[in-house]
Amino acid sequence: MKQNSLSGERRTKVILQIVLAVICVIYILPVLTVVINSFKQNTYVKSETFALPNEESWNGLENFIKGMTFGNYPFWKSVLYSVVITVASTALILVFTSMAAWYIARVNSFFCKVIYFLCVFSMVVPFQMVMFTLSKTADKLHLNTPWSIPVVYLGFGAGLAIFMFVGFVKSIPISIEESAAMDGCGPVRTFFRIVLPMLKPTLISVGILEIMWVWNDYLLPYLVLDINEYRTIPIHIQYLKGSYGTVDLGATMALILLSIIPVIVFYLSCQKHIIKGVAAGAVKG
Amino acid sequence: MHRNPIKTFWKNPTRRWALLFLGPVTAAFFIGFVWPFIQGIWLSLCKFRLISDAQFIGLDNFTKALEDPTFRHAFWYTALFAVVSLVLINILAFAVAYVLTQGIKGSNIYRTVFFMPNLIGGIVLGYIWSMIFDGILSHYGTSILMETKFGFWGLIILMLWQQIGYMMIIYIAGLQAVPEDMLEAARIDGANRWQTLFRVTIPNVMPSITICTFLSLTNGFKLFDQNMALTAGQPFIIQPDGSAVKTTEMLALNIYNTFYGSSNTSPGVAQAKAVLFFILVAGLGLLQLSYTRKREVQQ
Repeated sequence: MKQNSLSGERRTKVILQIVLAVICVIYILPVLTVVINSFKQNTYVKSETFALPNEESWNGLENFIKGMTFGNYPFWKSVLYSVVITVASTALILVFTSMAAWYIARVNSFFCKVIYFLCVFSMVVPFQMVMFTLSKTADKLHLNTPWSIPVVYLGFGAGLAIFMFVGFVKSIPISIEESAAMDGCGPVRTFFRIVLPMLKPTLISVGILEIMWVWNDYLLPYLVLDINEYRTIPIHIQYLKGSYGTVDLGATMALILLSIIPVIVFYLSCQKHIIKGVAAGAVKG
Repeated sequence: MHRNPIKTFWKNPTRRWALLFLGPVTAAFFIGFVWPFIQGIWLSLCKFRLISDAQFIGLDNFTKALEDPTFRHAFWYTALFAVVSLVLINILAFAVAYVLTQGIKGSNIYRTVFFMPNLIGGIVLGYIWSMIFDGILSHYGTSILMETKFGFWGLIILMLWQQIGYMMIIYIAGLQAVPEDMLEAARIDGANRWQTLFRVTIPNVMPSITICTFLSLTNGFKLFDQNMALTAGQPFIIQPDGSAVKTTEMLALNIYNTFYGSSNTSPGVAQAKAVLFFILVAGLGLLQLSYTRKREVQQ
């Protein structure tokens, strides 16, 4: 009897393994399709999408060269601006929102409560609500360059970051900070020497959420940046594919491949943090 | 509890630093959110081309927005999409999470693979899948841009690919928190696998189910990048008056096109649509909040 149910259990597990493996392959297939098509000539991308490149359709590195130099805007510039914007915005958000969150959680004056309420409120506001007025305001204040757009990201992204930091600060015992105060440690030193190191897990979670958001964001930089001068990777790809005339699908796939390789490397090298960060951000709702 | 020296630490010296701690975020928050939001509400009540020539006209923009057939179409299309994707994403994500928490070998690898599409941006996702769908459909002499139902189900498949891994992570966290002794007790009492699942496991992961339900619902309503990159609203149906209803256009894209599209754009009406959109999305958020609060009280 027991023997029987055990072997039944084993059989289910084998079936599940096979099902999971099949789903796994289905999951990887779209990425593989991108890889094989980035080496094919344009006409073959549409007619033989799922075939491996053969002698006839092989295009070598032509697609990559074409994609990277397409439309008199070099791809490396887009990569550079994407990196600048993502790094600067994330750094800005982490430093300033953690400071503000600590102050809000500990001082809790009327003004703090107002700011906190507004932050929570801003999390339910979709971007379309403010996109028109925000892009005009950013234009007027010259926040339309990769070096100044992080201010816009700090403003629009503050809500979630402050919410997460305040939640964490409230969970750490206040007595540590107070004993530092007794020893004559000022607020600035208390924050940077004592509170900030304790915030590390939340810093990583928030950092990852912000990196993923800013790196992939399309509409905000598209509307805010001076698009003739500055493009990010998503904007570049949209221009390449969305431009009128014949679209070179091979070149598009080459660029898409180039743009997802760093993302996949980043993911595989710190997936534990990424999954934890995403789960922490989701619970906020 | 805490008396003088500590009370004064939080009062005097710390407050003197308010400008340093709160200043930057507050300033950026006003530029990036508060001011655009207030201005947006105001402009939805105005007629304008440039912001400087705005003239108050009351609720006219809202009437126009609600009468706009493309907006209505986008609303029902979006609602249908959100509900269908909500049901499919959650059932599949829960199933995968449930299987992966049963001590399957290699579950970490599966988890890694299923979550991976989340890191790819919406624009890129849209173009990857438009290539795949066209690669299949071109054999039948058609394309994803030719039929509304292709666009609809194509976007559903795309969203499933992207979102199942995300929801799966939340479900796995929920499933791992189900008390082992409860499952043990059910087993000893002779409950079979299905009874245990429906009577013990699912009631215990209700908080995760609530979170995922609302997350996928609001994600569905707010969808923009994927929608634009996959079909951009195609195919269009030309109305008798010459205007076009974009049959696969969702709410966010409709608002965008009303603002920036080429045909007689009217930013006032677009802003009114944006306000309605905000009320809808925020309403869903509040609903979730009250729902989770109620559950917390019950527990």
